[in-house]
Amino acid sequence: MTGKFMLSRRDLLKTSAAGAALGLAPAAFPIRAARAAAATVGFIYVGPKDDYGYNQAHAEGAASLKGIEGISIVEEENVPETVDVQKTMESMINLDGASLIFPTSFGYFDPHMLAMCAKFPDVQFRHCGGMWNKDKHPMNAGSYFGYIGMGQYLNGVVAGHTTKSKKLGFVAAKPIPQVLLNINSFLLGARSVDPAITCQVIFTGEWSLAVKEAEATNALIDQGADVVTCHVDSPKVVVETAAGRGAFICGYHANQSPLAPEKYLTGAEWNWAKVYKMFVDDLVAGKPLPNFTRGGLADGFVKMSPLGPAVGEAARKQFDATLAEMMKGGFSVIKGPLKSNKGAVVATEGQAFVETAIELESMDYLVEGVVGSTA
Amino acid sequence: METTDIGLWGVPLAMLGGAIRVSTPFIFVSLGEAITERSGRINLGLEGTLVFGAMSAYAVAVMTGSPWLGLLAAALAGLCFGLFHGWICKFPKVNDIAIGIALMLFGTGLAFFFGKPFIQPSAPDLPAIPFGAWSDIPQVQAALNVNVLFLIGAALAVFLWWAFRNTRIGLIVRVVGDSADAARAMGLNPNTVRLLATGVGGALAGIGGAYLSLYYPGSWTERISSGQGLMAVALVIFARWNPLGCFAAALLFGGAGALGPALQSVGVTQGYYLFYAAPYILTLVIMIATSSPSRTLAGAPGELSITK
Repeated sequence: MTGKFMLSRRDLLKTSAAGAALGLAPAAFPIRAARAAAATVGFIYVGPKDDYGYNQAHAEGAASLKGIEGISIVEEENVPETVDVQKTMESMINLDGASLIFPTSFGYFDPHMLAMCAKFPDVQFRHCGGMWNKDKHPMNAGSYFGYIGMGQYLNGVVAGHTTKSKKLGFVAAKPIPQVLLNINSFLLGARSVDPAITCQVIFTGEWSLAVKEAEATNALIDQGADVVTCHVDSPKVVVETAAGRGAFICGYHANQSPLAPEKYLTGAEWNWAKVYKMFVDDLVAGKPLPNFTRGGLADGFVKMSPLGPAVGEAARKQFDATLAEMMKGGFSVIKGPLKSNKGAVVATEGQAFVETAIELESMDYLVEGVVGSTA
Repeated sequence: METTDIGLWGVPLAMLGGAIRVSTPFIFVSLGEAITERSGRINLGLEGTLVFGAMSAYAVAVMTGSPWLGLLAAALAGLCFGLFHGWICKFPKVNDIAIGIALMLFGTGLAFFFGKPFIQPSAPDLPAIPFGAWSDIPQVQAALNVNVLFLIGAALAVFLWWAFRNTRIGLIVRVVGDSADAARAMGLNPNTVRLLATGVGGALAGIGGAYLSLYYPGSWTERISSGQGLMAVALVIFARWNPLGCFAAALLFGGAGALGPALQSVGVTQGYYLFYAAPYILTLVIMIATSSPSRTLAGAPGELSITK
């Protein structure tokens, strides 16, 4: 030992004091205010951002922001819904200087995003899903979502015209309100064509489980389903498996028609570009960001894939008519008299829930005609 | 598409079809691991090899248009991973389990890195043989559409079972696995044997990965493996290092995995999370039923670091 690298007590004190000063600097000086003109926006995805599905829809929205003056984008994909997402948010804030963060997956909200909201009160967080509540959650948090159930209703209309077996199939991830609304909307759309149609649902229990999704698709088709749709993060496996078995497909999240051009009927797609543009415009203009943003087909939050070659004339007509009706606003998918598949009344005669109805965001039932259970 | 109502018959049929469809990656990874462990090493990195094999098979199949070249690429990539594991482990005081875990993370990470551009394109599938052509029922035809890799895996299991008992190479692998000292006395170099055994094990795991991305579910995504590689390593212990046992255990896991979706499709919709846990509950039950505090596991190679 030469002692060359050993610190004297005085050196140690000096060094640590300097370090502490550096560490305190961001708190002492209003660095964040100086960044107002050039803002950084963070996007966090639960899976790969080119998955033909949920994450791709968000990443396409994020990509549309590139080129806006003064806005830079940071993205991280494959972030699990665990404490990992907190670390990702912290590093986006501390290292990249993000002032607005979009954690896009359902499970990021509680407790992860809420913890970060409390820790960084100057940063704005907007979560994709319907969970923000004015009474319970901080004002720098918020949520945005689209009424894509309308899109699944339109899917159902086309499926109802296309099915020969009168059985539809739905591969679902978890029984949460948004998924249940999609399943119910799909069936009710099909029943607007023929009230004898039923829809079999299989829950896989996870947002992304390739082998189980393929097994579920096969099981549905074995039981006679000839039109299949899904609500999982990446519909690629379901679309390819169903097309391989000769069934028709209604897409979800993004446009999957390149995967099965002959069998793809239509699909309910997100149009997040519109939503993200709106938030960022407010940010650039220095306006407060809305906490609770919702929109459907009429607002451009949701769009439909172009109808495929297998869609018949009658289906095309009813699709166009229903879409036009929805664009006028006030269309309700859930309207009485309607029972759940356990026999409970969910809407009485004359009762109707328009897409904006807050009751729909706590849906916990499957309607009559859906074969499946929420637990 | 014509359909036939098969009702409750859908459950056994789905389990049969599921056993055939889902089990192939388990078969290849567990046979590969059986060879490696019989030589006295544990390679926990096969999950990484599986994912990297899936990626390289898909990538090569997309670029060349030939699934067979993809399969070859996956086997070669797996061989490299196996040889790398075997090479590091020959150094003294290297822990094969730790290296395996490192290689598992390395393999998956590398696969994600190189796999990015291949998530979107579609690759040609490996061919399947329609053994169900005799039936008029489309569901039976679909269930009996057997991929060639499944047949190769089945043949390989029988061959390995025979070879371990009846061939000189099989004897060499077993001697090295049971006693390195005895092997040295016979003039064998345990490190070389283990290097080759781990290499072959890796190549088989790579082929298992190719099945995932090129046949079932048949696409490359970063979530393609839900832990099949790790489960297959556990299957080897479950099967007592016997290749035929590996094959049977793989079929059992495949069939049990198809149970959850199949039951939901016939209307048994309550408690599906419990049905999804069926394969794991089954493993626990069999492990508990066959274990004993007074003796070591029958058939365990003596040189394995977990049994030493």
